[in-house]
Amino acid sequence: MEKPFAITLDVGSSLANKTGTWRTDRAVYVDRLPPCNHACPAGEAVQAWLYEAEEGGEGYERAWRRIVADNPFPAIMGRVCYHPCETACNRGQLDEAVGINSVERFLGDLAIERGWRLPEPGSDTGKRVLVVGAGPSGLAAAYFLRLLGHGVTIREAEPAAGGMMRWGIPRYRLPRDVLDAEVNRIIDLGVELETGVGVTDAEAALEDGFDAAFLAVGAQIGKRAYIPAGTAARMLDAVTMLHGVEAGERPLLGRRVAVYGGGDTAMDAARTAKRLGASDAVVVYRRTREQMPAHEVELEEASEEGVRMRWLSTIKRADEGRLTLERMELDETGFPQPTGELEELDADAVVLALGQECDLSLVEGVPGIDVEDGVVDVGSELMTGRPGIFAGGDMVPAERSVTVAVGHGHRAAGAIDAWLRGEEPTEVAEPELASFETLNTWYYADADRMHRPRLDAVRRQDNFDEVVAGHDDETALFEARRCMSCGNCFSCDNCFGVCPDNAVIKLGRPGERYEIDLDFCKGCGICVAECPSGAIQMVPEQI
Amino acid sequence: MAEQRIKGYQTGTYVVGNRLLDPEERSVQARMDRSNTLTSGHRACRGCGEALGARYALDAAMRATGGRLIAANATGCLEVFSTPFPESSWQLPWIHSLFGNAPAVASGMAAAMKVKGRDDVRVIGQAGDGGTVDIGFACLSGMFERNDDVLFVCYDNQGYMNTGVQRSGATPPAARTANTKPVGSEPGNVFGQGKNVPLIAMAHGIPYVATATVAEPRDLEAKVERAMGMRGARYIHAFVPCPLGWGSASEDTIRLARLAKETGLFPVFEAEHGEITEVSRIRRRRPVTEYLELQKRFAHLFSPTENRPVLDRIQADADRNIARFGLLGGAGEE
Amino acid sequence: MLEQLEGSQAIARTVAACRPEVISAYPISPQTHIVEALSDLVRTGELAPCEYLMVESEFAAMSACIGASAAGARAYTATASQGLLYMAEALYNASGLGLPIVMTLANRAIGAPINIWNDHSDAMSQRDSGWIQLYAETNQEAADLHVQAFRLAEQLSLPVMVCMDGFILTHAFERVDLPEQEAVDAFLPAFEPRQVLDPAEPVTIGAMVGPEAFTEVRYLMHAKQLQALDAIPPIASGFEAEFGRASGGLVREYRLEDAETVVVALGSVLGTIEDVVDGLRDEGVKIGVLGIKCFRPWPLEEVRTALGSARRVVVIEKAFAVGAGGIVGQNVRLALDGLGVRVDDVVAGLGGRPITKRSLRRLFGDVLEDRLEPGALHFLDLDKGVVERELERMRTHARPGPHAENIVRELGIVAARPH
Ligand SMILES: Cc1cc2nc3c(=O)[nH]c(=O)nc-3n(C[C@H](O)[C@H](O)[C@H](O)COP(=O)(O)OP(=O)(O)OC[C@H]3O[C@@H](n4cnc5c(N)ncnc54)[C@H](O)[C@@H]3O)c2cc1C
Ligand SMILES: Cc1ncc(C[n+]2csc(CCOP(=O)(O)OP(=O)(O)O)c2C)c(N)n1
Ligand code: SF4
Ligand code: SF4
Ligand SMILES: [Mg+2]
Repeated sequence: MEKPFAITLDVGSSLANKTGTWRTDRAVYVDRLPPCNHACPAGEAVQAWLYEAEEGGEGYERAWRRIVADNPFPAIMGRVCYHPCETACNRGQLDEAVGINSVERFLGDLAIERGWRLPEPGSDTGKRVLVVGAGPSGLAAAYFLRLLGHGVTIREAEPAAGGMMRWGIPRYRLPRDVLDAEVNRIIDLGVELETGVGVTDAEAALEDGFDAAFLAVGAQIGKRAYIPAGTAARMLDAVTMLHGVEAGERPLLGRRVAVYGGGDTAMDAARTAKRLGASDAVVVYRRTREQMPAHEVELEEASEEGVRMRWLSTIKRADEGRLTLERMELDETGFPQPTGELEELDADAVVLALGQECDLSLVEGVPGIDVEDGVVDVGSELMTGRPGIFAGGDMVPAERSVTVAVGHGHRAAGAIDAWLRGEEPTEVAEPELASFETLNTWYYADADRMHRPRLDAVRRQDNFDEVVAGHDDETALFEARRCMSCGNCFSCDNCFGVCPDNAVIKLGRPGERYEIDLDFCKGCGICVAECPSGAIQMVPEQI
Repeated sequence: MAEQRIKGYQTGTYVVGNRLLDPEERSVQARMDRSNTLTSGHRACRGCGEALGARYALDAAMRATGGRLIAANATGCLEVFSTPFPESSWQLPWIHSLFGNAPAVASGMAAAMKVKGRDDVRVIGQAGDGGTVDIGFACLSGMFERNDDVLFVCYDNQGYMNTGVQRSGATPPAARTANTKPVGSEPGNVFGQGKNVPLIAMAHGIPYVATATVAEPRDLEAKVERAMGMRGARYIHAFVPCPLGWGSASEDTIRLARLAKETGLFPVFEAEHGEITEVSRIRRRRPVTEYLELQKRFAHLFSPTENRPVLDRIQADADRNIARFGLLGGAGEE
Repeated sequence: MLEQLEGSQAIARTVAACRPEVISAYPISPQTHIVEALSDLVRTGELAPCEYLMVESEFAAMSACIGASAAGARAYTATASQGLLYMAEALYNASGLGLPIVMTLANRAIGAPINIWNDHSDAMSQRDSGWIQLYAETNQEAADLHVQAFRLAEQLSLPVMVCMDGFILTHAFERVDLPEQEAVDAFLPAFEPRQVLDPAEPVTIGAMVGPEAFTEVRYLMHAKQLQALDAIPPIASGFEAEFGRASGGLVREYRLEDAETVVVALGSVLGTIEDVVDGLRDEGVKIGVLGIKCFRPWPLEEVRTALGSARRVVVIEKAFAVGAGGIVGQNVRLALDGLGVRVDDVVAGLGGRPITKRSLRRLFGDVLEDRLEPGALHFLDLDKGVVERELERMRTHARPGPHAENIVRELGIVAARPH
């Protein structure tokens, strides 16, 4: 075609005009720290594994692998974790938090069902580490130490591994086949597990041919409170009771059971009592429902099962078949104060669920190890004052949960590894938090949360069957896809689409993201404003 | 809704792509092989909604026609920023003739294609709001009335931007422009009767009329695709914010388009043969102030003192649209 | 094929023989009969394939032709007077883009006062629009010029306007030898657009050009239009060879051999002038005629050659530049620059006023007797009484209002009904 000069132009010739020179700010892709990851005590990359799970199918295994990189117990977590991730989840500010925990359980169960294997242990370093206690903290440490190639021996006082996951948490919340499957998977990595072996002297045990030790003996002793009691009053503590049940004993509780305390252990004790045949289980708590440390669902499930609650009450006295309660009243500071008003409550037994204490005799006299407030002092890397001896889980100052215990195990394994190699543990700078304000939530589909079904209350009465069911493929996928991928690109193509200058290059291969074409980016910032997940940032150009 | 609704896929229909979808289900804009009909290097302002809208519409039209598309373009920003000698940003056969004649030029092109037996080649005409609702209006109406086989797209940025932001028949009441300054007793543009060209287009009974915004590319694409599946005169009125003329932040272009719809100020709908067939409902209703506040052209309504009567009038306009078009209810996913 | 028919019908039939693919027009007297006839031919299928667009204005008519032509179709329209002005913006655009559109202009006066009758004000108002302007003397020539116009337009990729006097030609019944279809097909090859909107080879037509290249673009436009001066003569002779009659060309000389006085004019008035000149010649006056067939581009050399040996030239034109003078005359003076030939401009036939032989004879007598005031603009058959009275009144009352209206009122003439 003959093109008349200047009037008729070649198509696409404006590519010669590099409008990038107009720019005063440039768009830069970032990975912000999602609040769920930030809140997870085990340091799970929640957003990252949800990202994989969102794909369904093959994505599930990738998601599971992403979890076990930080936590070897997805199926257990998906049942017992108190999921602070969900509390932190940005979606909570939009409609309801993502059911992270339920997806995790789905993945954990799928892994057990399909027999997915944990990663192979690292090549042998020749070092040997002693782990004391096969609770979640000890097991997690053993797992990560094996991945790092160290030899691991666990010494456990009880006849089976699991710690409170076995002796505390009742079966209706954590079926033992699930527990066994995830624990055995770790042992199968070549961990030497010695059960029924209580360690009494940590120092001496260490010298048993170990290069380092991780202590994770938990808090096994139920706290006692002084309650004036008649001789015939039946009183026992919750951990002992639950341990007994797990060991196959039937504690003598009678038909009417009072549980004293307001934590999750109190709920477990009351619900277990119900299952053991108590016609009446009453939780006596000196504060209000709002102040109760037990989780809302625990209370809900307990109530469904007929457990009654006595708020603002203390036990003044226990007699055979009867308790004397005193009504309490909150003062201005919210603290309960006795009123002097007394009431009676029929009860055949009182179960004390007032918390646990640690038996720290194994560190007594070990030079350098300090005990304060009943727990062992550790540095940020979980090393005690005795070089080479580390400690974690319930026995150190921290929140007491399975997840925290796992996190400690993970962190301690890294610290032990560094210590064994004579290195300082590497500090990773934490990226900026992906706050709700950085998101553009317009883009997320309206999707109400999918809740897991629960067993009918009538069908829970006399057995220890699991109460909460898991998601099926469809609901798990739906729930995973509610994730907003806070702070991290999830390949929605919005930036690629919304740039008026086509200055976003889509790299295209799966998992690959986008790149800003600085030749043409004018720095308008639309991609930043319209990125749903807040994964792009404007930064001033150096002029 | 014109576009296919995608449920539960994290983002549903709202984002451009979504990696979880089958490539066929993604928008045209998500495709690496999209034609970039208006390509990089154009001289539109930072954050120009018109540049964006034009690419959305034309890429969709290119895809719908398998690249057999020719375009007529009126004078205005779109033309000026895309074709300053010696560089063109267009990637399709394109002609600029005059400010007021794009619909007629397009009619001529369509006639040529018909007479040559090339009616596989489709014709698009496009203009700014000035070139459509004002100076090009007679030609547009003629094209409609004859039912010429042309899809005409108006990129409505609510003013004569290319000549320095003067008022057009599509400029909203109270807006400041270069010739409706906030001086005198009625600050900004007058409250006239309005000139609603989508409704006027419908009054011609043409096969297809739709409105859309740059905030919902999938919707716009679906409308272009639907229009391209029909013959005869078709009209799409696309709302495209102009950071320069509106005094808005360049990054707010899409947000403003979204707010225009979510406040009810810009009803998004489709009509066939003069009857409304679909209304895109408001998903998260917002007060008009949220939209107005982001734009300097309305700054005089907020400072030095808030002009409540005018703000109330604008809100009343939005409410009237909401009632008239039935914009509320059942907005989320079906 | 010889036929006795109305000029408009002859044009419509000839245009149809040129196989336009898109016709887009808007009615205005005295063009209406042409486009009505074409509409019939399209409806009956005699002209096929062809799309006839009944647009809403001349602006749209020309715009649709622009679109059609750019899309590779042979495009045609016709208009007159107000209609031409209404499409003015698009005229410049068509020529600027180099689109080979052919248009018939049924010359008519421009208002106000509104007047439907013939003169050349419309064509002259667009003389600088970049269109080639050809002027027909007869209906035969008007028909023939259309065939040549398509060929010329497409050869140069420029639009061509064929000007024919409204009513005088368009509505006159004459014998016309209509160009036969086969002969037209042989003479006029299929349209091969120079640039075209084609998805197979996309281009951007109609860029914005700034100061850095605008001068060059306009220079090239000028150069391109001048090429028509080389293209027209062979086309005219080719036409003569094919059709056996002379039509068109740049200029036509009549009895110029030894002429000391030459009358210059364009369009249908040439026949009347020639009759008067014949009479004068019989009387021994050395007088001749130069007919301008192509006014744009301006055939400067040809005019200079034809008039170079004359002593005086009188230009009779049906339009003038208000406030300045003759338009054709100015061009003639330009062509005769430095030759010392006196050129007088006489405005005649405005708004349909008949140019009679008697008036012309009187005029030529005044010319030959040197009675014309040199340098002044002359008006044939001007009613001096009316204008003087009006001028006098203006001097005393200084009353605002259109002069022409006042003249009409004083004369007690009822204005012609607008069409
Ligand atoms: C009834 C109950 C319910 C709970 N429910 C939940 C829940 O739902 N979710 C949650 O996150 N947390 C829950 N917890 C808390 C959680 O179980 C603990 O925080 C967690 O198990 C602590 O892990 P750990 O590894 O530190 O200690 P433990 O789990 O207590 O494990 C310590 C292990 O060390 C062994 N051991 C102790 N001393 C020695 C020794 N001297 N030598 C060798 N071995 C020794 C013990 O036998 C035990 O196996 C619950 C606790 C209780 C009591
Ligand atoms: C006949 C004519 N009148 C006026 C202009 C000047 N002019 C060019 S573009 C324009 C405004 C364009 O406004 P709009 O169509 O809304 O497009 P925008 O630039 O806002 O995208 C004007 C007034 C012109 N080019 N032609
Ligand atoms: S939405 Fe997803 S990424 Fe964001 S906090 Fe919740 S789970 Fe984490
Ligand atoms: S003035 Fe407005 S419409 Fe024009 S290029 Fe700038 S942002 Fe776009
Ligand atoms: Mg505009």
